[in-house]
Parts: sequence; structure tokens; C-alpha cells
Amino acid sequence: MHNDSSTLRDLLRQCKTIAVVGLSADWHRPSFFAAKYMQSHGYKIIPVNPRYAATGQQILGETVYASLLDIPQPVDMVDVFRRTEDVLPLAEEAIRISAKCLWQQLGVQNLDADQLVRQAGLASVHNRCVKIEHARLFGGLNWVGVNTGIISARRPH
Amino acid sequence: MSERQFKPETLAIHAGQIPDAATGARALPIYQTTSFVFDSAEHAASLFNLQTFGNVYSRLSNPTVAAFEERVAALEGGRAAVASASGMASETMALMTILQSGDHVVAAGTLYGGSVTMLAVSLAKFGIQTTFVDAARAEAFAAAMQPNTRAVFAESLGNPSLQVLDIAAVAEVAHAHGVPLVIDNTVPSPFLCNPLALGADVVVHSATKYLAGHGTTLGGALVESGRFPWDNGKFPGMTQPSPGYHGVKFYETFGDFAFTMRCRMESLRVFGATLSPMSAWQILQGVETLPLRMERHCSNALGVARFLQADPRVAWINYPGLPDHPQHALLMRQMRGASGLLAFGLKGGLDAGIRFIESAQFMSHLVNIGDTRTLISHPASTTHRQLDAQQQVAAGVGPDMIRISVGLEHLDDILWDIDQALTTANRS
Repeated sequence: MHNDSSTLRDLLRQCKTIAVVGLSADWHRPSFFAAKYMQSHGYKIIPVNPRYAATGQQILGETVYASLLDIPQPVDMVDVFRRTEDVLPLAEEAIRISAKCLWQQLGVQNLDADQLVRQAGLASVHNRCVKIEHARLFGGLNWVGVNTGIISARRPH
Repeated sequence: MSERQFKPETLAIHAGQIPDAATGARALPIYQTTSFVFDSAEHAASLFNLQTFGNVYSRLSNPTVAAFEERVAALEGGRAAVASASGMASETMALMTILQSGDHVVAAGTLYGGSVTMLAVSLAKFGIQTTFVDAARAEAFAAAMQPNTRAVFAESLGNPSLQVLDIAAVAEVAHAHGVPLVIDNTVPSPFLCNPLALGADVVVHSATKYLAGHGTTLGGALVESGRFPWDNGKFPGMTQPSPGYHGVKFYETFGDFAFTMRCRMESLRVFGATLSPMSAWQILQGVETLPLRMERHCSNALGVARFLQADPRVAWINYPGLPDHPQHALLMRQMRGASGLLAFGLKGGLDAGIRFIESAQFMSHLVNIGDTRTLISHPASTTHRQLDAQQQVAAGVGPDMIRISVGLEHLDDILWDIDQALTTANRS
């Protein structure tokens, strides 16, 4: 797993297009929280959820795709809000669409998927929330008393 | 690259405060403002929905207060912290977030008097019952557990009993029953003891004491470990949609800092016991020198304890930093030092003790602890006055007990003042 602060910081700087697999349209679901946060911080969110793709419903103003393989543009990061046992096929698809990173969310930790994508040269993060890590590294999480682990004499930017 | 684990001396100065994004100010700015503007109605909605992190109103969060919160979280090795207006407020916020009517608490009998009153009187009014037990025995905690027990509460080092808690053993008891261990870590401060590393789940502090350290400012903090499984079925408030915060499921949404988020949004926001930014700033000036001060508090207190132990006018002395103290080995296993509090009684009993307190030249007769100044008090008639005689004995407060919070004056001068006050007390 790539989980040290400097690697995560680089990943979140480079991966500006995020396909969110399992994104819910319910405002109080964690996937919606995270995607809305990332969108408001300048990231392009591409929802992937067959349930909504079938009806043509949009989420966060974006077209929803049924599968990673349907997305007609390059994807930097595949962010997974699915059960651990469902991740391996998504890892294979992430490799096929030339994503740079497979990110498994808090509570999602498929180590076979982790190994597979790392062998293919992708970055891999698991059991972490993309929103929380972004706020930890770039500011925001410190406003709610969370121990960010950041010790620095440089101004945040 | 593996990340450096910074030591407490460094964390005490840096954690939670990088140079100000807007101005580059190196020292911590004081954000003395009640409120923060929204960029748009959409931004406001996102903030209220907790979908983006940011400041809304200083009763909930404030950047100056947040620096203090993160610093205490870092010093305790915890995941996140919430500050409050005082130590009692932090204890209230911690317990009110965990408990509801019908719940039961198992608590150490040797607690600070205010904590006993909160549990035995104030929370009892809301249908929360507490069983007080002998904190020296982990089995006593186990024996008092009930099906409706939802928290175990104790002090790492009792004030003023100086009872040392076997934190790991009591944590095991609490966890076997699926409930969190809440530790008041005020007396050692996070420099001397980190209860979370020993198995505790939530730590509360009166920051008024050693954290602030100069007897100027009231404040408190609570810290969560991030490791307690709040989804074990006993804490529906952590897992079910929150009726107090438009349906958010805190544990699912915030994971290992869900407890402090819920505390902030359901307890602090509603009860309003917020720490002011000015106070947070003043406390942080103290926190920067916490490690230096605690080392001196410990060495001065040991010097005072040795002096009293050897003095024929003294009937008894209680300082777990003394090697022959029955809990010394346990203390050294859990803490870097025994802190600056000690208790003793005079052969002349209560009357001689009162004369001693009244004869001091620079030792101050008051009821705070953890000041730069040496402080003396008589707990039975002050901090523990609300307790009856039986409760006082259970709390480890005998009628002749004198408490000293040993300060940072030169040890020779402290011993001189004690000696002359003892002489005066014995002469009368």
C-alpha cells in the first residue's frame, strides 16, 4: 500500500479525474459526501453505478456509467465504494483503462486487488477515505481537531 | 519514505500549527470571531451537511481552538480531540456523547470531587446510574459491570488520592463488556502518561492544570483513540441516523474520528461549553513548554516527598514517585514520572495541618493544581466538601490530608517554606 504522506500528496495532486465506483445519489451516504467534497476541490468526478446508469439519472451533475469500461475519457483514479470481495474485477478494469491509481475506501481492503494493480504499475491505497486524506494533507481536517500528523514550517497551499 | 514519529517535545511545539495559510504568521493567530462567511448558499449547505470541512460558527469549531485540539490529540497519540471551556465540560461532553437515560457507569471511587458529584448527582438526575468501586482492583470494576453498563470512568492518577490505575487491566475489563474506558489524565498530563497506548478509548483533560500550566486560564479537552468499535450494537447513537444532526450516521461517515465529530455536532453544539479562541491561545503558550515543566514538577515533588518522609513532624506521606510506595512499580510501568501532586498528614492532625497551611509564606492556599506556583490545600474542607465523611474516605480524602501541588520555584526555597510552616504549626 502507498500510504505515506508525501506519496498520498503526490497522488492527490496528479489524479484529477476520479471514477467513483458505487457512488450513491443519496446525499447522506459516505460516497456522496466524499465525491461532493472532491468535486468542490476541483476534481472531475465520474460516477460509476449500474443502478443509476440504466435510468439516465445524473449524480452531482455528471453522467453515470454502468462500468469503468464504458467511460469515454481517461481516468486517473478509480475510487471504490464496494464490498471488499467485489474489488478484484474492478482492479482488472482499472488496469485495462490505464488508470494511475486504485483507491479502496475506508473498510474496503482487497489485498489481491492491491497486489494485482501494483504489479501493473498502478499506485494502490486501501482502507482510507479519499476525502479525509485530502483534507488531512491539504487542510480542512485540522479544523475539526483531527491529528493530521503534519509537522511543517511551510505555508499550506 | 516512512514517516517520522516525532517526540512529545516536538509535538508540544508544532502539532496542529503550521504557518498561517493567509499571512504566513509563524505563531498561532487568534481568530477572535464568532462566525465565518460562506462562499455561496451551496457552500453553506455543504458545511452544514458536513460534506466539506470548514468553519461555520465558533461554538462548533474555530481555527485557534482547533490548533489546541490537534496538539492535545497528537500529544496523547489519539486520532482527534474536542476542546471545551473547562475540564468538567470535557468530562460532561465525553459522557453525554456516550450515555443516555437508563445507562450505567462503573467509576473509580477515588475521583476528583467534582467528578463524583457529576456522576452521583447530576447524571443521576437524567437516569444514568453509577457504581463507584475500589480503583486499586481491576476485579472490582469487573464485579460492578451490568448489562446496561456503557462506560468505565477512572483517573490515571487520582486527585488527590494519588491512586495509580492499572489502565491496561481495567481497559481489558471494559472491552470484555464491549464498553469504552474513559480516563481523566489531568494529573500526569499527556507528557507523563498516554492512556490510549495502554488501552483506554477516550481521554479527558482539565487543560487548566499542567497543559496550560500557569494558573491563568480554564479549558478542557477530550481525545479519542480511533480504535473503539462503536458498531458493536451497544451504541446506536453512533451507528443509527442522528436525530440531532439531520440523519447523519456518524460512525459510517467519519470512521475513526466519528466519536469526536458526534461529540462536536451533537454535544458541544447543543450544550455550548465551548473554549474561547483567546483561552485556547493562552493554553497553547503553556503547552509548548509542557515537557520541560513536567520534568521539573516531578523532580521538585520527589524532593519535597523525600523531605517530608524524613521529617519527624510528618505522620504520613503519599507520593507514588517514592520507590517504597506500594504502587511505585505500576506507576513506573505506565508513566514517565509521578507528576507534581503529593499528599501528607501531620502528627498534630487536622489542627496542625490548618496551622501549616496558614503559616506558609509563598505557597498559595487555593484549590487549583498544576500551576508554576506551589499550591497547598485541605481537600476535606474544600474540593471534597460536598462529599459526606464516608464518600471522603472512599475518595481517599482523610480529614487530616494536606495536598501540595509542587511548583517550579527552586526546590531549596520550597523546602524552606515547608520547614518554616511546619515549625510554626508545631509551636502554636
